[in-house]
Amino acid sequence: MGKLLAIVLVVIAVLSAYPIVTHMFVLPEDISTHGRAIDQQLHDTMLEAGLSFVGAQIVLAVFVWGFTNRKEGSPLKSFPGGAKVAVIAAFVLVGTEVLALGVMGQKAWAQVYFTSPKPNALQVQVQAEQFAYYFRYAGPDGKFGLIHPDKIDEGNQNYFGLDPANEVEARDDIVSGELVVPVNREVQLLMHAKDVGHSFYVRELRLQQDFVPGLDLSLHFTATKIGKYEIVCTQLCGLGHYNMKAYLNVMSEADYEKWLKEQAAQ
Amino acid sequence: MQEASVQEAHVHAPPQGFLRKYVFSLDHKVIGKQYYALALAAVFTGMILSWLMRIHMVWPNAKIPLLELFSKNGAPGGVMTPEYYLSLLTMHGTLMVFFVLTNAPFAAFGNYFLPIQIGAEDMAFPRFNMMSFWTTFVAWVVLMLAFFIPDGPPIAGWTEYAPLSAVGKDAGPGMEWGASLWGISIAIFCVASLLGALNFIATTLDLRAKGMTLMRMPLCTWAWFITSCIALLAFAVLFPACILLILDRHAGTSFFIPGGLVISDRLQPHSGGSPLLWQHLFWFFGHPEVYIAILPSMGIVSHILVNSMRKPLLSARVVIYSMMSIGFLSYMVWGHHMFVSGMNPLSSLAFSFPTLTITIPATVLTLIWLGSLYGSNLQINSASLFALGFISMFVAGGVSGFFLAQPSIDIYLHATYFVVGHFHLVMGVASLFGVFAGTYFWFPKMTGRMMSEPLGKLHFWITFVGAYCIFMPFHYLGLIGNVRRYQSFVDDFMAPYMGWHKFVTIAALITGAGQLVFLYNLIYSRFRGKPATENPWNATSLEWSIPSPPPWNNFGGKHPIVYHDPYQYGVKGSKGDFVMQDSPEQVVAASGD
Repeated sequence: MGKLLAIVLVVIAVLSAYPIVTHMFVLPEDISTHGRAIDQQLHDTMLEAGLSFVGAQIVLAVFVWGFTNRKEGSPLKSFPGGAKVAVIAAFVLVGTEVLALGVMGQKAWAQVYFTSPKPNALQVQVQAEQFAYYFRYAGPDGKFGLIHPDKIDEGNQNYFGLDPANEVEARDDIVSGELVVPVNREVQLLMHAKDVGHSFYVRELRLQQDFVPGLDLSLHFTATKIGKYEIVCTQLCGLGHYNMKAYLNVMSEADYEKWLKEQAAQ
Repeated sequence: MQEASVQEAHVHAPPQGFLRKYVFSLDHKVIGKQYYALALAAVFTGMILSWLMRIHMVWPNAKIPLLELFSKNGAPGGVMTPEYYLSLLTMHGTLMVFFVLTNAPFAAFGNYFLPIQIGAEDMAFPRFNMMSFWTTFVAWVVLMLAFFIPDGPPIAGWTEYAPLSAVGKDAGPGMEWGASLWGISIAIFCVASLLGALNFIATTLDLRAKGMTLMRMPLCTWAWFITSCIALLAFAVLFPACILLILDRHAGTSFFIPGGLVISDRLQPHSGGSPLLWQHLFWFFGHPEVYIAILPSMGIVSHILVNSMRKPLLSARVVIYSMMSIGFLSYMVWGHHMFVSGMNPLSSLAFSFPTLTITIPATVLTLIWLGSLYGSNLQINSASLFALGFISMFVAGGVSGFFLAQPSIDIYLHATYFVVGHFHLVMGVASLFGVFAGTYFWFPKMTGRMMSEPLGKLHFWITFVGAYCIFMPFHYLGLIGNVRRYQSFVDDFMAPYMGWHKFVTIAALITGAGQLVFLYNLIYSRFRGKPATENPWNATSLEWSIPSPPPWNNFGGKHPIVYHDPYQYGVKGSKGDFVMQDSPEQVVAASGD
């Protein structure tokens, strides 16, 4: 039965690697400026992890094949070099691998989090709530009206709790159910949670960031391709979690300006 | 002389009467079996929940007739509602992590075998020991009550992230009393685990037989000991976290709830709390918990492999040090669950490196197991098959950790099925392979009867192939961005991939049904199995020096003296190719080389 196990181990290793090697499952197209570094990092890690996985399964298979049901009286042998080799191999091979991946990966991470948005970035405030996203643009005055939780009134479409009667800044704010952005221009999201934790995940942007109640976060990106992409919630937020989604609509600069005017007119 | 008196201080009278013998027993062996039985009940419940979830996910309109009897609100007409899916998901995770993966490899086997392997008559504190089991039992009852209240179980997942978990009924179905029961249950569970961990530590340090130096303890005893040290720190943090959660829910405090939240159209009467605080406290427990689940299985597998290979490991000392470093590092990595949580992105770097570093001791362990197989005289039986399967699964689940340890990749893979595949393989399946290996190996000692080998092997093949069929595709689905914790994927880009989800569901149904072979084997062998001898595997450690099953006081009132470490295989002994730990004979190398 040892030989059978060895065969099954090899078959499992080969079958597990097959969908990866043949690209049966590919990441959706990257439409961000920072995504290439993430994809590269994922690719390098896949190579190292994949080789470790297949290698270990095959070594296990070879040893199980070779040392099961040996002839009576076959002498026991010890692995040449013993534990020392195992420890040195782990430290040298995995240590370098880990350091290399860790150090290279930080670059990709830094692109997303350790750069500030440009001063001319388009600011959009996102409010996540059970089970929808709302996006607010500051309007011609470039200023957002304040949020008053006690003035939130979903029935009258006052999702953010704005007070246009008393605040000038709130009067020209544009609220949309879709995140409309111009292509190739940096966007800074100001992330606000109305009720519980949510998340902002756009596969094509290679971006994921939680909304934390009580803590407004900033996230910035540049979309490089016109199109409509799904925004989904990845933080379990209650009974309608699976249904919480919106769209990112990347438009040409001209279309975006047109859309903005239409919205302002409403 | 002093050692003997310490031991005698802990001797209790032979148990009398049904209650004292089988229910409120002080005997660590009975308590170990009780933990095992509880884990068995929990694992089958958890498995059925996963079946229901998998069926619902791929056939969202499927009618499951019995389900309506079970929950009218959760499955009107037998069709599961989206929120009931989340209830089942929460209960599946909670049952499996706490009541199976903590109880079976650690509390069940540890209780039964740790005292015997170090030559003690019982645990250091038998009454505490009884209390830890019955407290765990109460925790389980409280959790299961959530199924039977009108509100139903909570829907916030096993991590119960605040503020969803902290604000009460405004958060949705199951969040009124269901979530309170969850918090109370886990708080009780923490107390039980703390008692148990203290007991394990005291027993290991104080009650070792003469000659049983720390380095002569079997590797599984080492693993249980290290695990107890981890558990002591981990549960001591989860306990207050649960108390604070309960206070937020019922006493009007705001530890985890900030001001200005409007939930279900109601401005919440809280201010000043932090949702991230809950995440930090939870994962400060939660990551070490992963090692609480896997370390005992590493120990059990090492113990069994040595016996099956008929030769020692390349180095037992290195295995012990590796397990210790894993335990130590496990406290420095909790933030890797929170890379995209909104904590300072700089701290992600600080958590990423220790996480990647854990790979080193884990690789050392794997290489030691693999290298030890070389040149061995490997015996294949159900126990060793599961031990070898463990290595395969540990590697398969471990390599995906490379991805998730890096914040830059986690930004894409976080909360996808890639994560689900990763932790199920490494924490769930690998850990359970250790439990299965332990069961086939120690069942003769625990019951005095052998388990059926053909059924055991059948169980292995179904489980081994099945687990790969279930959890490997999850990684691929994660790569395309398949989000977890969704009840179905009917109207989005996932539609073309639903065939894979169906494949997984069918594999899960078959693999789950295969566990009935194990259950049958367990029950059948308990009553009809071939009688077991004292030492059916020709093993060296102390549990094999006493009758099967052992008498109530383990060594029949005698105090064993230990002369060797437990790795004396492949030698010329009076009984064969091994020398037992309590045998005074000189060890002579077998081959003379």
